[in-house]
Amino acid sequence: MEGDEINMEENKNAQTIEEKQYLIRFKADTESHLHVLDHDVCIEKCPDKLCTIFCPAEVYKWEDIRMHVGYEGCHECGSCRIGCPHENIKWEYPKGGHGIIFRLG
Amino acid sequence: MPEKFDVIVVGAGPSGTSCAYKCAQAGLKVLQIERGEYPGSKNVMGGVLYRKQMEAVIPEFWKDAPVERAIVEQRAWLLDKDSMVTTSVKNNSWEEEPCNNYTILRAKFDQWFANKAVEAGSLLINETVVLECIVEEGKVVGVRTDRPDGDVYADVVVLADGVNSLLSKKLGYHNELKPEEVALTVMEVLNLPKEVINDRFNVTDNQGVTIELFGDATKGNLGTAFIYTNKESLNLGVGTTLSSMIKAKMKPYELIEYVKNHPMVSPLIKGAESAEYLAHLIPEGGYYSIPKLYGNGVLLVGDAAQMVNGIHREGSNMAMASGTLAAETIIAAKEKGDFSEDTLSSYKTAILDSFIGKDLKKYKDANHTFEEQPQYFKDYIPMINRAASGFLTVDGTSKRDKQREALKTFTKEKGTFTVVKDLYRAWKVMK
Repeated sequence: MEGDEINMEENKNAQTIEEKQYLIRFKADTESHLHVLDHDVCIEKCPDKLCTIFCPAEVYKWEDIRMHVGYEGCHECGSCRIGCPHENIKWEYPKGGHGIIFRLG
Repeated sequence: MPEKFDVIVVGAGPSGTSCAYKCAQAGLKVLQIERGEYPGSKNVMGGVLYRKQMEAVIPEFWKDAPVERAIVEQRAWLLDKDSMVTTSVKNNSWEEEPCNNYTILRAKFDQWFANKAVEAGSLLINETVVLECIVEEGKVVGVRTDRPDGDVYADVVVLADGVNSLLSKKLGYHNELKPEEVALTVMEVLNLPKEVINDRFNVTDNQGVTIELFGDATKGNLGTAFIYTNKESLNLGVGTTLSSMIKAKMKPYELIEYVKNHPMVSPLIKGAESAEYLAHLIPEGGYYSIPKLYGNGVLLVGDAAQMVNGIHREGSNMAMASGTLAAETIIAAKEKGDFSEDTLSSYKTAILDSFIGKDLKKYKDANHTFEEQPQYFKDYIPMINRAASGFLTVDGTSKRDKQREALKTFTKEKGTFTVVKDLYRAWKVMK
């Protein structure tokens, strides 16, 4: 069936961030290596919640009054460390051997 | 008494491994520490490996290394929404050994390379984070790791810990990077059968193509997209300065979809299977961002030393060359038995005298200028597209009038004076 083939092609192409993240191997640590220092700063001083926009893995999600940090999907790129306008993110490397494990590129 | 080495190298990317390999080969006792499960597991690159600087570390490496394709064609696309103006240089002699450069997949290549250093006598320890340098009486004497009893000592520590280099910041060698000093780049590895790649890119099995895309690929922001051919996959990526990403409020994963769905791009990747998605920062600050490169018992190499030429997308070659120069400095210091700041200062001289220092100096103002003057990417690329398309659309207008119209595309919108000023400014920072 032609329709089925097109569907299959679409499935192979990761379009959403969830589909893209699903392609990656992670060995999550039990503790987060990313810490929002003061959630009040996000509420009071950061109307745009910029980290929720530029983070390439959608690690940061704003949940009404606090920032949810999905560190398990972090690429360890460092963008949030440099890009947070209020230097409100404490950024460390995950424990040795943990975090993202690139297989190809 | 903990074990002591001649050299500790932190990081197993191209800069660290070049240094570890060269030092081990000279008979020095080398420890290389990598935080990932294996070398390459944290590393990302578009995929162009330059032969010259790699060959200086391992002669005829291509006979053994996991390289993908020899690059015989380099294309540049000035992209608008539904058109593009392109240039290309193709030279089949680039496929003859020694080739000009290759595409590689970093996770595979870095493992192979680090293993070469191990074969040369270096000790590699994976899955270990270096938390800080151990400093005694103003001298770096070793590193503290996240392993139990994790202190290790050496005469000299080489920081090859990548763009974020937390270690050099802790030593005070580097201020925190600013969003305009780094490019946030995301990439997908897209699987396609070898024959399909050969057909779509007009190449044979071992020939590769690179395409750099400017303009609409980054929605007019300072940055580029790229498509590189591997044996049976493509690396497709896009990046802009982090500051542009923030200013334009772009989500990187949406920007890469924008590129994938662009009418000039989508036929090339049709039917491809996404195999991996990767994000990474590229140090783009250039000459002005170079940190303090040496100190008592310590040297900085590669991305940690901000050695990337963003204009020519060169970085891994500078990493290898800096690792090699660091090794030469260390070998000379070992002979002298002196790892003081004074002795290690010859490393900085060597860097500045090499193509690294010269090229970074040549383009020292380019990135800042294009960041502050967005018209080059935002306005001129669409104008070039309109002028060229208009010129080649046959509609009964005389060629002389066509020429006039093409020129007017620029001067009407900007004014002659502004165009001349913009051209002069671009020439000045690129010359």
